[in-house]
Amino acid sequence: MSKRKSKDAHLPVGECITQLQEILRKRLCHQQLPDRPEGVEAQHKHLLELLKRTAVHGESNSVLIVGPRGAGKTMLLKCVLRDLLEETEAQTNLLQVHLNGLLQTNDRIALQEITRQLHLENVVGDKVFGSFAENLAFLLEALKKGDRSSSRPVLFVLDEFDLFAHHKNQTLLYNLLDVSQSAQAPIAVVGTTCRLDVLELLEKRVKSRFSHRQIHLLNNPTFTQYLERVQTQLSLSDDFPDNKFSRDWNASIETLCEDKSVAEVLQRHFNSSKDFRSMHMLLMLCLSRVSAAKPAIRPADLLEASKMCFADAKANMLHGLSILELCLIIAMKHLNDVYEGEPFNLQMVHNEFKKFLQRKSNSMYNFEQPVIMKAFEHLQQLEMIRPVDSSVVKTQREYRLMRLMLDHSQVMEALQKYPQCPTDVKQWAMSAFG
Amino acid sequence: MKYFTRLRVRRVYKWRGAPLSFNRKLKTCEYGSLDISVEGLPRITVIKTGEHILIEGDDEDNPYVAKVIRLFGDENGKQKKAVVQWFVRVSEVPLSKLKLLGREPHPQEIFYYQGRSCDDEVDAESILRTVEVKHLDGAAPFPDSDDRGTLYVKLSWDSKTFKAVESEPAPASSCSPPPCPKPSLPPSPPCSPPAAAPASRGPARRALPTPDLAVMRRAATGEVRYCRATMSAGNAATAEAESMHSVTKRSASKCLSAKRRGISARTPGIRKKLELSSPEKKSMISEDLMSQLLDEELKSEVMLAQRLSLSPPQAVPLKHSLTPLRKNHRAPTAQGSFPLKPSAVVLNKMSLSEMNGSPSSARLDSTSPQQGDDEMEAGLPADSVGTPRRRNCTPRRQYLTRGQKATTPSQKWEPKTLKEPALGMLAEADNETSPMLPVIATPRSSKRKSAQLVSSRIRKQLNLLENQQDLNSDGEEEDEFVLSKKELQSSSDDDDEEEEAGLDSDEEVVVKKGRNAAAATSKQRTRSLTRTPRKTPKKKITPGTPRTPCRATPSIPSRSRPARLPANVLEEARTRLHVSSVPESLPCREQEFQDIYSFVESKIVDGTGGCMYISGVPGTGKTATVHEVMRCLQHAADVDEIPPFHFIEINGMKMTDPHQAYVQVLQKLTGQKSTADHAAALLEKRFSNPAPRKETTVLLVDELDLLWTRKQNVMYNLFDWPTRRHARLVVLTIANTMDLPERIMINRVASRLGLTRMSFQPYSFKQLQQIIMSRLNKVKAFEEDALQLVSRKVAALSGDARRCLDICRRATEICEHSSADSHSTGLVGMSHVMEALNEMFSSAYITAIKCASVQEQLFLRAVIAEFRRLGLEEATFQQVFVQHQALCRVEGLQPASVSEGLAVCQRLGACRLLLLEPSRLGVLQRVRLNVSQDDVLYALKAD
Repeated sequence: MSKRKSKDAHLPVGECITQLQEILRKRLCHQQLPDRPEGVEAQHKHLLELLKRTAVHGESNSVLIVGPRGAGKTMLLKCVLRDLLEETEAQTNLLQVHLNGLLQTNDRIALQEITRQLHLENVVGDKVFGSFAENLAFLLEALKKGDRSSSRPVLFVLDEFDLFAHHKNQTLLYNLLDVSQSAQAPIAVVGTTCRLDVLELLEKRVKSRFSHRQIHLLNNPTFTQYLERVQTQLSLSDDFPDNKFSRDWNASIETLCEDKSVAEVLQRHFNSSKDFRSMHMLLMLCLSRVSAAKPAIRPADLLEASKMCFADAKANMLHGLSILELCLIIAMKHLNDVYEGEPFNLQMVHNEFKKFLQRKSNSMYNFEQPVIMKAFEHLQQLEMIRPVDSSVVKTQREYRLMRLMLDHSQVMEALQKYPQCPTDVKQWAMSAFG
Repeated sequence: MKYFTRLRVRRVYKWRGAPLSFNRKLKTCEYGSLDISVEGLPRITVIKTGEHILIEGDDEDNPYVAKVIRLFGDENGKQKKAVVQWFVRVSEVPLSKLKLLGREPHPQEIFYYQGRSCDDEVDAESILRTVEVKHLDGAAPFPDSDDRGTLYVKLSWDSKTFKAVESEPAPASSCSPPPCPKPSLPPSPPCSPPAAAPASRGPARRALPTPDLAVMRRAATGEVRYCRATMSAGNAATAEAESMHSVTKRSASKCLSAKRRGISARTPGIRKKLELSSPEKKSMISEDLMSQLLDEELKSEVMLAQRLSLSPPQAVPLKHSLTPLRKNHRAPTAQGSFPLKPSAVVLNKMSLSEMNGSPSSARLDSTSPQQGDDEMEAGLPADSVGTPRRRNCTPRRQYLTRGQKATTPSQKWEPKTLKEPALGMLAEADNETSPMLPVIATPRSSKRKSAQLVSSRIRKQLNLLENQQDLNSDGEEEDEFVLSKKELQSSSDDDDEEEEAGLDSDEEVVVKKGRNAAAATSKQRTRSLTRTPRKTPKKKITPGTPRTPCRATPSIPSRSRPARLPANVLEEARTRLHVSSVPESLPCREQEFQDIYSFVESKIVDGTGGCMYISGVPGTGKTATVHEVMRCLQHAADVDEIPPFHFIEINGMKMTDPHQAYVQVLQKLTGQKSTADHAAALLEKRFSNPAPRKETTVLLVDELDLLWTRKQNVMYNLFDWPTRRHARLVVLTIANTMDLPERIMINRVASRLGLTRMSFQPYSFKQLQQIIMSRLNKVKAFEEDALQLVSRKVAALSGDARRCLDICRRATEICEHSSADSHSTGLVGMSHVMEALNEMFSSAYITAIKCASVQEQLFLRAVIAEFRRLGLEEATFQQVFVQHQALCRVEGLQPASVSEGLAVCQRLGACRLLLLEPSRLGVLQRVRLNVSQDDVLYALKAD
């Protein structure tokens, strides 16, 4: 396949590659909605029916979409909304309010956002954004005025629903759910969360007002499905301008997926996490390696990308440390071994280090105390070590108790890869006793 | 609106002059005027009967407005009392009722109060000062004057509806002859009111066409009724009405008035004599006329008309008025206030010129109260009040009011005569009664439904007319159209009504000559319109005044397409089963309903206050029951079975801070907005001051526990107010826990809450079943067994009716889906219900574990292994990770790196399968299981 000529009948390769990258990036990064929700058809139908009833019949509802991260909760909701809005009846009626627990961190902000998204602030000028209490009264009155048959239904989407449950008194949730359970303006409250125990977060009154509808997104794709997904994600559709290029590309993807090593890599990813978002990340890394000179994804690319994904962050950081800092880490590791994870302080580490130096009788690592202190502080800044109790600053720095934040395997791995690591240091690290 | 700046000044109240009379029985002395001097200031304010005053109220910015009817004190001068006619400020009208007004109230607008529920006897020392009150015609625009101190009256308010003010109360007393031997005469009627009217009006105004015939009519027929009605006004306009309920304690004066009424009714003969003896010529004449009317039975109308017209000394204006007479011949009903107009006009004129021979004084402003002797003083304030009003009136309205005014005298006149005997020679008695008169008229007329109906119809038509005119003439747009009801009620049957309407428009055309040509055509229109079939009278065309943006209340925009109605049985059932649908009755809570109902009702009837605490787990119908009770009570109040009351509701969950409770209560009571502290102060004042005009307030405090503050002052106040003597506050509180008072309240709060408690038990399965059945209301959508399963399941779990309904609703959905592809009966069966129950109650942990990735499952295994090793239910990530790697090797997987392991751990933590410490602790974070180990093992084994 690498033999493929760059003399293309339709478009130059560079142009094709640009277009390809654009299409695939959109697919992988922008979470483009699939045409059909895969594996969640039942949930899709349930949710669509529910929201349709709100939009069309004016029936108030509340529902939670629960599933682990990357399970496609938002995707499902967006698909449903897309399908729902295809109906003119719903389209002309439905008002939408989107809130996110990470953005609307308290009820005051949430209320302002609701008011803004409902375009109610135009009604009263800047008056809405008065006090929190006024806002609440304002909004409640607005909702209270409506009734089932005459007002437009409002869809409240609460992303990270569990975070709203941490707001003071759960005022917002109580009021939204109360509206949904009383003869006021028809609203649908849709919450998405990854917490399975979300109902236990709700206060009893709030809980009673919640309709207890939960849509669980616990899909369990098999590896074959996973593999298929990879292939479809990377394949180009027929409407790609350059037919020849797209045919070649699709063929290359097919061979790629049949490759043994590729399957192995993907299996490892699949074992680690079944969600598609991590897969997209992997594929993105592969995609970025595609260029005009190399217009296909090769198994090696995938391997590289996979390595990058699984790389240990802390171990990588160790590679950038100085020898002295590395020695201190090793000393700490020995201390951890000896004292079974008890915390240590700078003096202990220094002593341990000195013991190593005495054995070597090598003046090469003779450092002044302040230099060691500096290295120690650098390690703390890198969060390789952290003080046991962060608050107490009274004790002298030399005697503050610290814990090592690294696992032994990480230290050893870093040592293996450390460029030009002195052998005696390596041996010292390997030795069972300090 | 600041009415007085020095709040803390000490006022000294002194009677001015010697008592006018002394009532032996009650040991009270009547006085003509009261001096108020502020300590340290030389100026003295004189309050006289008939003047409008401000009375200290619970809101310092908006003191009560009233008109002095009578001033009296006890023998030794210790107590000073005043009998007043109340006016209601906009802020005192409940917000909900304010809508009835159909327009934005003017900030300085006040309403003539006709309610029955307030005491009209006040402590004279609560009087602040006088205030200028102008009576405006219904349609007259509010003057744009900057004078913040002037208040305007357009309508009257009887705690249910707004009505046009029947007659100007003020002028009635104005010329009532104080010096006359029988001062007790309420309003020496006919002469006085007019005094003010014509003064300001130009001579160009044509006298009314409909003449006095109706007077005679009325004289003939409606006499007795009137007398009684008016009499009650003697002390309290409301006394009579209240007597029905006789719940509130009567003030002494009220008793007196009742007595008088009785006596007077029995001795009608005296009337005439007394009247004749009245020194004032004009009043004498009018009284003479009236008494004749009274005494004689119906005579020939023409005769009377002549007499009437002749009676006043100045016959000139009458000539005009007589012209349309023919029409009025047919107006037979007794109370025709409308036809009276001309006579009134005449009298007005007359009084103007003749009044005590000092015509100029009649026009004097109230600011010059000293002049004249007592007699004059009585009249003056009224005059002054009357005059400004005239100025503001649009021509047409003036004409109407004139008509109304004319009625008052005639009405007044009865009570006066009746009262005489009892009252003896009280000089000021007339003042006391006169302003009440309009009040009297309303209840009577309001009773006549047909008349009302007709009148409202006509009003509507006139509205139409007015609108049309507005369209035609730009200049008139501000001319708000509020017809005086009185006018319209004057005749009982349609024909007359039409007649009058026609007349009216006739008149209008004439009067509004200057307006535009459209008015002329409108006349015909009115005519034709009057014959159109009846329409619902409720509708009122609101003037197109743009709402001020700050007061605009927001709402969700209305939908462009109508909501679809349920199409099949299941959808129908689903609609009915929605928690929000309000059932006709609440089954299974009859006892609780009864208890709450009787509690609140008794408090309302007694005019006392009290607290009740209602507890129960969520979804047991606490709030619904209270609302149901309130609906019933409101209904009872509407049909006058119990005194009217005011229901407001706050919810601890619907406020941002416990102290917002004050703000919300205040806002719902008065419509005011204020800060929490200020609101607390205002409410405190409101509930502790003996404000006389007060309805019982029923306050529902939902989610009480959220009003808890450290000092508990919010709760304390809420429970303390009902114990105040004058508060008339009933507080119903709702919370979930039965022992809330004991648990969170300090003693003094719990003590005030009292022991009136009620507990809503969770519904039993039978009750739940009954609830569903009653909701479904014979819609056959469920199998019997299915219902029983749901209700048993819910009753066992929580007894929450909401849950029960939600499950049923979900079951109908499931049924609908399954019936689409299979052959089911269309009824919701056991399987559907089971599925719904499973969906709602089963936890997803096990499924989640089953669906987890290999590494995640391994990690869970590692956690359990580590727990077993440690013998603890907690381990650090580092420890678990060692296990994890070992397990990986056992499983033949490539060992995961620490980063990967942490990611797996975090994912499990996000689902709350694991409980984790904050992730910044890295490998040191501790891990716990959120599921039981058995569940994990079960899930992993089944894999």
